[in-house]
Amino acid sequence: MYRIIEKKDLSSTIKLMRIAAPEIAKKAQAGQFVILRIHNHGERIPMTIADYDRVQGTITIVFQVVGKSTEELATLKEGDSILNFLGPLGQPSEIKNYGKAVCIGGGVGVAPIYPIARSLHEAGNKVISIIGARNDKMLFYKEEMNSVSEHLHIVTDDGSRGKQGLVTDILCDLLESGEQIDLVFAIGPVPMMRAVAELTRGYGIKTFVSLNPIMVDGTGMCGGCRVSVGETSKFACIDGPDFDAHQVDFDQLLERQKMYCQEEQDSKEHWHQCNCRG
Amino acid sequence: MTTKKTRKKTREVMQTQQPKVRVHNFDEVALGYTEEQAVAEAERCLNCKKKPCSNGCPVGVDIPGFIELIREKDFLGAAKKIKESNNLPAICGRVCPQEEQCEKNCILGKKGEPLAIGRLERFVADRERECGVEMPPLPEPQDKKVAVVGSGPAGLTVAADLAKLGYGVTMFEALHDPGGVLIYGIPQFRLPKEIVKGEIDYIQGLGVDLKVDSLIGRIQSVDELLADGYDAIFIGTGAGLPNFMDIPGENLNGVYSANEFLTRTNLMKAYQFPEYDTPIKVGKRTAVIGGGNVAMDSARCALRLGAKEVYIIYRRSEKEMPARAEEIEHAVEEGVKLKLLCAPTRIIGEDGWVKALECINFELGEADESGRRRPVPIKGSEFIMEMDTVVMAIGNSPNPLISQTTPDLKTGWRGVLVADPETGLTTKPGVYAGGDIVTGAATVISAMGAGKKAAAAIDRYLKGDS
Ligand SMILES: Cc1cc2nc3c(=O)[nH]c(=O)nc-3n(C[C@H](O)[C@H](O)[C@H](O)COP(=O)(O)OP(=O)(O)OC[C@H]3O[C@@H](n4cnc5c(N)ncnc54)[C@H](O)[C@@H]3O)c2cc1C
Ligand SMILES: Cc1cc2nc3c(=O)[nH]c(=O)nc-3n(C[C@H](O)[C@H](O)[C@H](O)COP(=O)(O)OP(=O)(O)OC[C@H]3O[C@@H](n4cnc5c(N)ncnc54)[C@H](O)[C@@H]3O)c2cc1C
Ligand code: SF4
Ligand code: FES
Repeated sequence: MYRIIEKKDLSSTIKLMRIAAPEIAKKAQAGQFVILRIHNHGERIPMTIADYDRVQGTITIVFQVVGKSTEELATLKEGDSILNFLGPLGQPSEIKNYGKAVCIGGGVGVAPIYPIARSLHEAGNKVISIIGARNDKMLFYKEEMNSVSEHLHIVTDDGSRGKQGLVTDILCDLLESGEQIDLVFAIGPVPMMRAVAELTRGYGIKTFVSLNPIMVDGTGMCGGCRVSVGETSKFACIDGPDFDAHQVDFDQLLERQKMYCQEEQDSKEHWHQCNCRG
Repeated sequence: MTTKKTRKKTREVMQTQQPKVRVHNFDEVALGYTEEQAVAEAERCLNCKKKPCSNGCPVGVDIPGFIELIREKDFLGAAKKIKESNNLPAICGRVCPQEEQCEKNCILGKKGEPLAIGRLERFVADRERECGVEMPPLPEPQDKKVAVVGSGPAGLTVAADLAKLGYGVTMFEALHDPGGVLIYGIPQFRLPKEIVKGEIDYIQGLGVDLKVDSLIGRIQSVDELLADGYDAIFIGTGAGLPNFMDIPGENLNGVYSANEFLTRTNLMKAYQFPEYDTPIKVGKRTAVIGGGNVAMDSARCALRLGAKEVYIIYRRSEKEMPARAEEIEHAVEEGVKLKLLCAPTRIIGEDGWVKALECINFELGEADESGRRRPVPIKGSEFIMEMDTVVMAIGNSPNPLISQTTPDLKTGWRGVLVADPETGLTTKPGVYAGGDIVTGAATVISAMGAGKKAAAAIDRYLKGDS
């Protein structure tokens, strides 16, 4: 059992949890993830390691409530426990001194981009960050991102904070200004990552994205997480989750993420009904 | 003893759930022998001096010995006799390919049906479980520690044998439940999970410390385990990496590896969705590619999950199918259709989903190195079958995580670990391996056999005499 040491609401639908998992905390690196299962009837859900504390032995996850499992996870409180917590999984992000790196986080993707931005900063890169959300209330990690960035750009869909628009608008400006950029790292909704990839492709800038296909085991055993990268099929849980954005078949990823739409709906309704019945 | 005249040529028939009923549930299909049946079947045994059956058994169970005890109705004694060489009889009695092993060698098979050794093994193991398994006296604890990586039949065997010798054993398992393929792969209706759980409880009762959610190679490497004070390590991580065919359309929605299909169904209990959270999709028509146990299990799960038509698509002919005879028979009884001498060439999609499967027919050509006639595609024989789900059951390779993170472990064909077949010793001192990670996908009993040898070798190594 893994105890929840701290829980915070970052917005109405985005929650942060710090969980006691000393052995994982010892090993975790930027870009890796965990798979957790709340209880015996639960599904295995992947969550990026948004932070780790090797001294206190904790792993931080930041998640958005989107369906049954994340909704149920959000009902847990400090002091409660999660049944299973497996990690660290996946390859760590390729951190080295590239020169100037642009880190882009959209929506809940700001959480996983933070440890990467921090590591890139620590590796000597000049980090420019762009974070975006629907509105000011949905934005989080502003100070954290600011502390590791040379410059932090903020955008919101409705302009309630920072510039109104999309993260790609800022990226576009940066690219057009002729600024020398050596690396782009983008994490967020698939359409956002696809748009970033399309933008940087023409400039030939190395671009990484972190992919989030549906997973089961996270150990390379099921192949459910396969994504098309270039000519080959890769297992995101062991070969990734970071991939060269210019090689990724994003359309296929979008389709595959929708595989269980109907069941996800049913699962949620079933849970709400059970909860009402008490 | 019965006289030769009255000796039956045919074996006692084992009751099964009726096919029409069982395709709607996940309960065990084969119901086992009654006491009377077991004794009657045991009466058929000739008690051959040379024990040809035992010679066919990969771990050399004293078969005539335990059968004799059944005749004497000493069922617990019979169970003990088997356990001298096989820790997991309730499992082996259900899943071993007996017709290829002990029963193949049985003298009775020359004139009639061979003795039903597997069913008798199952009977005594079940009887022992019902009576409550006796724990062996625990030995003096030794100060040496062993790490066992993977909790499939190989790892379970090593852990049990070393714990019985008093070693401190810690077993690391990546998944949330131990048992390996026995838990995530082989379905409930063939091997009830309660039986596997019983074996694991027994092993924990011996003092083995089980750590689930522990992926070695990520949370700790093999070298770190050694540095952490483990005196020896056994790697039994199996062959869990699913192979795909590399044909167009394999990443469409509705295409599963058998591992994913079975893991969702068995480990995650998708057949009880939404009581359990993990979903699965089957649709009306399912094609399973392959001819082994994995294919049969997938096909039979698909039926139980509600598919109306299920096809097994296999390149060779029925007699070459590697699946256990009983599984093929059960699958066909349940309505699974065999499409033989046939293989898919591409999967046709619509809106991201599987719509149909294009296959090509084969004919049998010249014999290959294995003596089997090689299937050759018939030009222009392609045809299309509408499908909702396609399950790839064309084999698994070893998971490369351990070898990738342990530089001095040598690997061979398809990434199997190189290990001495007699001791399991790898190319790294103190590190042993066995089961599917060494042989590639094989059988439960061969994994256990490798575990037995490795446990003995580890004991010798830790005592300093090898
Ligand atoms: C490597 C990786 C890292 C991730 N990191 C984060 C993170 O840091 N924060 C965060 O909020 N989310 C993260 N996700 C996504 C998160 O796992 C899903 O949102 C969650 O599983 C949804 O479960 P649900 O029951 O609440 O929603 P559902 O209603 O079941 O599903 C909503 C959507 O989530 C996706 N999803 C469902 N099940 C899974 C699954 N088993 N694996 C992956 N995706 C699934 C599907 O695309 C689905 O359409 C990550 C996913 C991956 C693969
Ligand atoms: C669907 C199916 C049906 C089968 N039916 C039969 C049958 O009827 N009869 C028969 O004899 N054989 C059958 N087999 C084959 C048989 O199950 C295997 O040969 C046997 O289980 C191999 O045992 P093992 O201990 O080597 O590995 P496995 O049973 O594969 O166990 C390996 C374990 O190690 C864990 N692991 C892997 N990597 C790591 C890591 N890095 N760290 C920690 N843990 C790790 C895995 O999660 C797994 O639990 C079947 C196989 C399948 C898939
Ligand atoms: S070969 Fe058959 S008849 Fe002979 S001892 Fe073995 S099981 Fe009995
Ligand atoms: S999640 Fe199963 S192989 Fe990646």
